[in-house]
Amino acid sequence: MKPANLIFATAASVFLLGLSGCKSKDGDTINIGEVAALTGGTATFGQSSHNGTQMAVDEINAAGGLLGKQVKLFTEDDQSKQGEAGIVAKKLISRSKVKALLGEVASSKSLEMAPIAQSAGVPMISPASTNPKVTLAGDYVFRICFIDPFQGTVMSKFALSKGWKKVAILTDSKQDYSVGLTEFFKKHYTANGGTITSEQSYGSGDKDFKAQLTAIKSGAPDAIFASGYYNEVALIAVQAKELGINAPLLGGDGWDSPSLIEVGGKAMEGSFFSNHFSNEDQSPAIQKFVKDYQSKHGGKPDAMAALGYDSAMILFDAIKRANSVDGPALRDAIAATKGFPGITGTITLDADRNATKPAVILAVKGGKVVYTETITP
Amino acid sequence: MEQFFQQLLNGLFQGAIYALIALGYTMVYGVLRFINFAHGDVFMLGAFSAYGIHKWLGPALAWMPWPLALFVILLIAMVACAAFGIIIELLAYRPLRARPRLNVLITAIGVSLFIEYTGQLVFGATQRPFPTLIPRTALANTGGLTISIAQVVVLGITVALLVGLRFIVMKTRMGLAMRALSLNPTASTLMGVNNSVVISFTFGLGSALAAAGGILYASLYPSIEPFMGVQPGLKAFVAAVLGGIGNIPGAALGGLILGVTETLVKGYSQDVGIPSGYSEAVAFVILILILVFKPSGLLGKVEREKV
Repeated sequence: MKPANLIFATAASVFLLGLSGCKSKDGDTINIGEVAALTGGTATFGQSSHNGTQMAVDEINAAGGLLGKQVKLFTEDDQSKQGEAGIVAKKLISRSKVKALLGEVASSKSLEMAPIAQSAGVPMISPASTNPKVTLAGDYVFRICFIDPFQGTVMSKFALSKGWKKVAILTDSKQDYSVGLTEFFKKHYTANGGTITSEQSYGSGDKDFKAQLTAIKSGAPDAIFASGYYNEVALIAVQAKELGINAPLLGGDGWDSPSLIEVGGKAMEGSFFSNHFSNEDQSPAIQKFVKDYQSKHGGKPDAMAALGYDSAMILFDAIKRANSVDGPALRDAIAATKGFPGITGTITLDADRNATKPAVILAVKGGKVVYTETITP
Repeated sequence: MEQFFQQLLNGLFQGAIYALIALGYTMVYGVLRFINFAHGDVFMLGAFSAYGIHKWLGPALAWMPWPLALFVILLIAMVACAAFGIIIELLAYRPLRARPRLNVLITAIGVSLFIEYTGQLVFGATQRPFPTLIPRTALANTGGLTISIAQVVVLGITVALLVGLRFIVMKTRMGLAMRALSLNPTASTLMGVNNSVVISFTFGLGSALAAAGGILYASLYPSIEPFMGVQPGLKAFVAAVLGGIGNIPGAALGGLILGVTETLVKGYSQDVGIPSGYSEAVAFVILILILVFKPSGLLGKVEREKV
């Protein structure tokens, strides 16, 4: 390409971009932004929550939309990368002019988005970030799931009720979620008579955990609390079995992914984790959701899918009640959410913009995730 | 004490896999004086082709004893990746051969990103389970230490490839041509060496080694995704530099040192108050210190620039 042609081509594309920019400004849709990790280390989180959110958007549009307008979902992939969630959140607010933000699943990513949403005055609802710090960013930031002080307590109580008095801990030091969950687990566990035999950590993306597991093995724990995400936990399980460690693994909702069992295989047997919802729950609302999801996306929905769906539905409910998509009005309407019948339980937002909901404990048995018990706060 | 020996063993096996990837890196550099950043991505393609072959030949492989099945898969994947490496060289690097070396280096980074993102498009972004090609059961009678069959096989294959590579470079006519090219490309052409053939061969061989590395790595850590080559590729590069880039036994030595250092730091840094998640930082600081005192790497030759 000659330099002159190049300049012409650049000018033409800039001009076209400008045109398309004007076009998206039209006022007959309500623009909603979604930040999800569709690729990278926590890819199944983003894919599931996106499937759930998309389902909610399709349902509301089929039912005639909101305030007489169709809802348009703008989804951005943050590639599970540090720093990316903040960039795409800014892009959604300034370029796509979104009225509200949905996402992210991972706490570290939500913590990047929260100050941006707050300063732009765009309400943000995180479907599944459980680290308490997320909603501290300000009054525009909400979540519809329980938080880690509760989740850590649940797993600690569960371990104690099983008679496991000695536990080793393995934390992902790169994830705010994992660090927080470990902290709350440890606090409750040691205060109630449990002993921590060893505390080890790793970084997301690591593949070799033999060194940490060897150190853990020497303490002969009854169980290992692995507070990280599914991607690493599956490999931890495989390597623990290889080193002859037979103690069960315990974890939180970060384990919730089909990859956990695909990769971990037999090594995951006998492990337990806490979660937001079980797709085995026989209540009619959940079973209808499971059926709809299956016919649309294949596969059964996991908790991230259900939370993605709920987060969008709560936003739509608030838009209806506010009868507006203006930042302050919408914020107040979301904050006033009370007794909303979601798939993942009845959702009421408290003064700290968090939801108080029961947790379920799931077990891995026979290559499947099965429901064990529900623990209410 | 037993724990210490177990950690040493963990480090040794971890180092073996770094060494295996570093071999290909260092060989290509040794011949062409060029760092092939796409090496880690051919490594990834090796793992994915093994995954594909295992699916495709599933029933035929099922009745074979596992060493034979492993051999068949390794062979097909290595040949496929060798062909792929030759194509990369032909399309991306050959047109730039007469240009400054920096151009090729930047192109290599481009090729690497191209393969990663194309991989993401074709294979998808989620992790896939890698089939168990080598049983991960523990060897018996090792006292209190745990060694799995997979680890021993990886170590064995690394040593065999190291010896094989050394043989090719030192004892064959092609190896002689490679060394001649490395010494002086113009002079080697004048002596009747067909440089293009030698360079293609070097890339093919390097890519085959990367494929073997990918398959063995995935056998130890059975989750594969399009970006799986980035981190090991970086580590192998460091191992190659540490051992003296261009030097084949040096790459093996560098890999072992890196593996053992990393594992020991992970296993014991907790005791001195550094969380084990920061092991990479500590390991790399140690490597920097080694390079400060031995800038050409442990086994590298000091090259004097003529002014």
